[in-house]
Amino acid sequence: MSAYEPVIGLEIHVQLATATKMFCSCAVAFGAEPNTLTCPVCLGLPGALPVANAQAVHFGLMIGQALGSELAPRSIFHRKNYFYPDLPKGYQISQYDEPLCRGGELEGVRIHRVHLEEDAAKLIHVGASGRIHGSETSLVDFNRGGTPLVEIVTEPDLRSAEQAGAWLRLLRATLRELGVSDVNMEEGSLRADANVSIRPVGSTQLGVKTELKNMNSFRFLERGIAAEIARQEAIVEGGGEVAQETLHFDPASGSLEVMRSKEQAHDYRYFPEPDLPPVLISEAMVKRARAAIPELPSARARRLRETLALPEQLARQLAFRGELYAYFEASLAAAGALQPTPEPRLIATWLSEELLPRAAGELETQGGNVPPAALAQLVALLAAGRLSVGGARQVLERMLAEGGDPAQIAAAEGLEALSDEGELARMVAEAIAANPQAAEQVRAGEGKAIGPIVGHVMRASRGRADGQAVSALIREQLGL
Amino acid sequence: MGVSDILELSAEATAAAAHAGELDPGELFAFYRSRAQEPEALELNCFCWLAAGVPDGSSAAEAPLGGVPLGVKDLFCTAGAPSQSGSLMLKGYIPPYTATAVQRALDAGAPLLGKTNQDEFAMGSSTEHCAFGAVRNPWDRNRVPGGSSGGSAAAVAAGLVPWALGTDTGGSIRQPASFCGIVGLKPTYGAVSRHGMIAFASSLDQAGPLSRSVRDAALLLGAIAGRDRRDATSVGLPEPLALPQRTDLEGVTFGVARELSAQAGAQAGGIEPGVQAAFERALELAMSLGARIEEVSLPHAALALSAYYVLAPAEASSNLARFDGVRFGHRSGDERARRELYAMYAQSRSEGFGAEVKRRIMLGTYVLSAGYYDAYYGQAQKVRTLIAEDFRRLFAGEGRAARGAAAPKVDFLLTPTAATVAFELGAVQSPWQMYLNDYFTVPMSLAGIPAISIPCGLSGKPGDSASGMPIGLQIAGPAFSEGPLLEVAHALEQALGFDGSPARRHRGLGHAHVNGAGGEAGGIHQGGPA
Ligand SMILES: [Zn+2]
Repeated sequence: MSAYEPVIGLEIHVQLATATKMFCSCAVAFGAEPNTLTCPVCLGLPGALPVANAQAVHFGLMIGQALGSELAPRSIFHRKNYFYPDLPKGYQISQYDEPLCRGGELEGVRIHRVHLEEDAAKLIHVGASGRIHGSETSLVDFNRGGTPLVEIVTEPDLRSAEQAGAWLRLLRATLRELGVSDVNMEEGSLRADANVSIRPVGSTQLGVKTELKNMNSFRFLERGIAAEIARQEAIVEGGGEVAQETLHFDPASGSLEVMRSKEQAHDYRYFPEPDLPPVLISEAMVKRARAAIPELPSARARRLRETLALPEQLARQLAFRGELYAYFEASLAAAGALQPTPEPRLIATWLSEELLPRAAGELETQGGNVPPAALAQLVALLAAGRLSVGGARQVLERMLAEGGDPAQIAAAEGLEALSDEGELARMVAEAIAANPQAAEQVRAGEGKAIGPIVGHVMRASRGRADGQAVSALIREQLGL
Repeated sequence: MGVSDILELSAEATAAAAHAGELDPGELFAFYRSRAQEPEALELNCFCWLAAGVPDGSSAAEAPLGGVPLGVKDLFCTAGAPSQSGSLMLKGYIPPYTATAVQRALDAGAPLLGKTNQDEFAMGSSTEHCAFGAVRNPWDRNRVPGGSSGGSAAAVAAGLVPWALGTDTGGSIRQPASFCGIVGLKPTYGAVSRHGMIAFASSLDQAGPLSRSVRDAALLLGAIAGRDRRDATSVGLPEPLALPQRTDLEGVTFGVARELSAQAGAQAGGIEPGVQAAFERALELAMSLGARIEEVSLPHAALALSAYYVLAPAEASSNLARFDGVRFGHRSGDERARRELYAMYAQSRSEGFGAEVKRRIMLGTYVLSAGYYDAYYGQAQKVRTLIAEDFRRLFAGEGRAARGAAAPKVDFLLTPTAATVAFELGAVQSPWQMYLNDYFTVPMSLAGIPAISIPCGLSGKPGDSASGMPIGLQIAGPAFSEGPLLEVAHALEQALGFDGSPARRHRGLGHAHVNGAGGEAGGIHQGGPA
């Protein structure tokens, strides 16, 4: 057990899935030919002026309400000034001391603020270094420049790398459910920086924090934070002091390198953006944003727990993954028409433990060969005792490979559970006869010795027999 | 219709002649185009670019502005024509789109004759700080035309173009209008779109007309004003502008602020005797037309210049950051600049910007810096709010009279436009001395209210810096009062009877021929029609 407690806060940038950019009418799209989605505004040409995107404000208000933030009736844009080739105006239009939303909370992590800003363009460095310094040529693709961003800043309420990763997944699920972003870390539509510090366990003071950048997957985020916690612990253990600096995480080597120290920190010279009037939020805008919010993952997990009696982990797994939940809901609806209706929990378990590991990629396309209704039918056969667990697994494999109706597959393949008691009794008698030594041990009270006899029956029945029924019958025939 | 007749006509009358079929817009354009290339015109250096051909004028005869050619300050973006904001940084830069104000004038039937010289990025009060040479005052070629819209003002005053567009940030339309003996109007902030104006200080910049009469200014303003969805700060005018026709001032109350009149002389560097005399004569004329004059107070007006020279450079330092050599404009060919990003920025900007621009970028960067923001930018914003409030109270009847008693409601404020007449080229070397030119015009800019300068006489009193140079009278009104403001300006203009006719003043220029082929203009870029 470490003597230090990590204190972690996240700064998340979310590209909004608006039709057009934050301050111009260029289309927002990923993967277009470079510099085809540009205009005088997002190229920062002389004389061009920004006009705020109403849909981005609407999305910002949806996010604010989903996170329980306070919405500012009046917020203003600021200019954040610095020179870089991906910033054509020499400043980024962002929000500073009067953001769109303040406060809020998501699953125990407090939100500090939510604000609107514009994304920078994309730099492509030609040459070995892959960074601007040392590259042969640097190219700028302005397609991304001006894409609407929402920046969400948490309070330092996270205490481990894993917790940070899990919470970010929940945030991603929430944003995806809101429909405001593609939230794809690899494509950069969801980006997270982490502020990390450590302090002695029991202390309530905050230590000196460092800022970690460039963690473009959940895995890298967790690895980066873990590496930084370890680095800080080593520094403090060695009697040193952590310096306030910005670090760049290199996923290839897992190392952290200093981008800039506190002394090198930019003075962004924020001042109110004179080209844009204040953003005034009316009651109607707030209502419209509220009406657009669907059931969100954390509320959904609660509902699955409380009304469908799903265990916590299973409820969260289904609730936090949109495509998984959509599949579950469709399957549940199909199950309602079946007699007897299988338990939601059984469907959820089969979805999570049987189908998901076998067909993770296909759930986005509603299960591919195994549509939600087919899973419901399969689980119904299982619940009705017409398929054993083993039989159901074999039917599922067959369905995944070829599609088809589970009952028909079971019948055609002879996988239906042995309901003929006489046949099962005969198989059990044969198995006992074939394993006399095991039978003797079972009779003598060695319960575990029953395994080979059960296995014999299962092989003979090709998995159609129900394991529990077989065990019971063996014991019966052995006179126990 | 003869050539000198054209020069006698107002833009309005010229348009009317075109509407009546008495003037061919194509010939009219060719006349001005050739006139602008006369040696004496070239000496003034008003234009940095002239349209190469004569635009198709077939529809112009029906258009509201009748094909009357327009001069446009260099900082307006004009598709297909250089838009350089008087800077080496943008030498030869041709934008892909046209500024809304220009487009509206073009659409209303005022073809682009040429782009006019200005102080670099509109930073200056003399049009000496221009990468394409200083502009000269047509009243005295050894003197400046004022600035920063000096090219537009001088061109209109010299009759090289009937009217022109300028921009005013702290006085850049009004002061050159005053120095050149013409009319210049800075509209309410937001009346005219800023889209396509190469920005100096976004919260202050405003486009407006320069013309030889108040009615011409109203005609051109009416064409360019209006809300523009590409400028989020634009609102337009509350109602369409009628051409002013008022000749009396019955029932009008003018305020004269002690902070912006003779008593304020000291800080403004002293109001010249001739300027003061012309101002007082204008007050008497106003009274004779039925107006009341009230002495009032704008308690914070004396702080305006200091606040302005914090706020405007602050915004400029950010607005000019886009000139980094990456996508357009000057990029240094220096060896180090080719290898290193920050050397490229520094070298390109060092080479591309002139001294005054650099001075203001440094000033602006400083006042926005951590640790200085509150003391400078924050304070200046507070002063700006106080000044706006001073004006609001003044026009709402909540102001104070000079001696602290409650003042009556004032309809408009009168001040001299500038403390002096045009000074000699090179005469003002100290930046602060140059900034003092804006003393009377900056308070209205900070308040965002409309103000017009009309000529009110010529200098020539003992103690004046020059004799026979025009003097300007500034009239300011509440926000969006352009209609009534132009009406009273018209009444005063008629009573003042100022004669600024370029035809009589510059006979040499008056003898150009319609269709006469002008000599190839030295130093003027030629291009296709925008
Ligand atoms: Zn764009």
